[in-house]
Amino acid sequence: MAAQLLIYTVMHGSVYALLAVGFSLIFGVARILNMAHTAFCVLAAYVLYNLVSPVWRIELGLAPAIIISVVAVTLLGMLAYKFVIDRVREHHGAVLLVTIALAIFAEQALTMRFLNTSASIDYFITGYTVVSGVKILNDYILILGMTAVLITAVHLFLSKTKMGIAVRAVANDTEVANLMGISPSRILLITMTMTTALAAIAGVLVAPTGLFHTPATWGNWLLVVMVIVVIGGLGSIKGSIVGAAVVAFVEALCIYDPLKLFGSGTAYLMSTFVLLAMVIVLIVRPAGLFGTLFEEEKL
Amino acid sequence: MLRRLFKDFRFGVLPVPGRVIAIVFFIFLFVFPLITRNSYYVNMMINASIFVIFAVSWDLLGGYTGQVNFGHALFFGVAGYASGMLGEYLGWPLPATMIVGMLAGVAAGAVTCFPALKLRGPYLSLLTLAFPLMLVPLILYFRDYTGGEYGLNQLPRIAESLAGRYYICLILMIVSVLIMWKLTDAGSRYVRTGLIFHAIREDEIAARATGINTIRYKMLAFMIGGFFAGLAGVLYTHTQGGASIYMLTLTMSFQAIIWVIFGGIVSIYGGVVGVYVLYPLVYLSYDVQTFFENIHRAIPRSMGPLLNIMAFLEKLTIFPQLVLAVIVILILLFMPEGLAVLIRNKIERECPRCKLTNAAWRKDCRACSASLR
Repeated sequence: MAAQLLIYTVMHGSVYALLAVGFSLIFGVARILNMAHTAFCVLAAYVLYNLVSPVWRIELGLAPAIIISVVAVTLLGMLAYKFVIDRVREHHGAVLLVTIALAIFAEQALTMRFLNTSASIDYFITGYTVVSGVKILNDYILILGMTAVLITAVHLFLSKTKMGIAVRAVANDTEVANLMGISPSRILLITMTMTTALAAIAGVLVAPTGLFHTPATWGNWLLVVMVIVVIGGLGSIKGSIVGAAVVAFVEALCIYDPLKLFGSGTAYLMSTFVLLAMVIVLIVRPAGLFGTLFEEEKL
Repeated sequence: MLRRLFKDFRFGVLPVPGRVIAIVFFIFLFVFPLITRNSYYVNMMINASIFVIFAVSWDLLGGYTGQVNFGHALFFGVAGYASGMLGEYLGWPLPATMIVGMLAGVAAGAVTCFPALKLRGPYLSLLTLAFPLMLVPLILYFRDYTGGEYGLNQLPRIAESLAGRYYICLILMIVSVLIMWKLTDAGSRYVRTGLIFHAIREDEIAARATGINTIRYKMLAFMIGGFFAGLAGVLYTHTQGGASIYMLTLTMSFQAIIWVIFGGIVSIYGGVVGVYVLYPLVYLSYDVQTFFENIHRAIPRSMGPLLNIMAFLEKLTIFPQLVLAVIVILILLFMPEGLAVLIRNKIERECPRCKLTNAAWRKDCRACSASLR
């Protein structure tokens, strides 16, 4: 049981962390709550499905299809930022609404083409590995590896490169960063591109595991990502990893129910507990475990 | 008394085009069941008047007081379920369950506001978003009491006849909109809440510094919002004859915000306009589809591109949410003040000297004859 719990936590936690890092980054730098973040994942998964699956008779090779879907979705994210989100950036309510509208738009457009079919493609690596008596799909191991690589890359980018330092400067204090000769609008565009690319890569990686049942799943994923980011602290990479682990562990506890607390139907209560964790963190420590709160956001 | 009313009408309503439009529209609402007996359309208007209460109560809380609430469906759903379950399991009479339902809405407002008092901005929105979503799994889990996915069915209705239901909802809508209008009126001499809500939205710390107990007034705003959203939820439950988890979904919360923003935020009439424009648009999408199909058939086969356009439009009508999302994006980009406010600013102008509203086409003020140009 302990092995199951642990492996579930690590495997699902890595998916969640990958999704949450982008969401957290764009909030930390631009104070944009990008509700369309997971919609971009779902979009990338469906674009890949459209290009690869024999049902749609395009049947591109896997590698070009992955590149096309990631690049296309990233470009879409850039366009959405440039022409929609950037214009209403000053008002947080408007940003929330506009990104939700974008997500609904993407969902409905996908539903128009794919109806409610699942974006399921063949596994990248077939088969499974047995670790201490628990079967793990090889794809999950691939996701774990990719998550580690991507998060390390983002961390290195933010801490070592000049551009990354500029991004952090804008996140810290936009006005002073501007005075030091950094163009905040350019930095924000770069951050948005980067986070959308992260979302698209996550979507492509997750596609074979069949976690995207319908185009409407972005809502459930968004909820998970929001909870993770609030627990870990909006804008902190370390926080998203810890938050993802916490949420995945709570989920694992609900699914395997080692203490036999609830009997059947625990799966329903999963999101209640996860959300309750978020509410408690918001009340006790609004900045999250590792986040920082700006002076003007305090009350 | 009658003469005074007539005088008010002659000098207070007729010269201001916005008020004339409002009066004409409400007369239209009152005669609507006489125009059509089709239950499909009358039901649409019943739902629209319920959603007006819901949307305007969001405007009071999210627009006027600035507590951007992303989980307004909580009050709606809690009130509906409370009223339905009391009637179903305890056998209470309908008026009693409805009143307790509304009080449940107030209680939900109070419960939400305690954590919400500490937060602001995106954090507040995230917190309020979580509450209705926490309740949905609980309703599914305790399916023996709440009916699970199927919800509560065959609850008593507020009136047996369609017209009865229509007029009860319409009158309650008008009364509650008037009450909320007075409560948020910043220039009022009798109620201070309007001014204080404005102050809290603009600068809460400054409001506190001038001696306003902002916490008390924020709680008040949540409770008033909860009360009227609860009224809407109770009416919805007892006109549909059932409560379902649809009442608690994100869609419900966002609909209210979309309606208000479309009509014009921080203006009570904006919510009214938003609901009466957008709700029929989505509700009647099936009618629009048949309309497009008829046009499609009438077009001769030789006009290829036109046929493709029509086929696309037909497909669009199956997905009204897509159209709604595009409308929301366009509204936020190009007229953030909202449709109703935009039109009002076009047809009305305030006198610079005596602050009286005039029709925009007048050269001078109707009271003090100061030049309006």
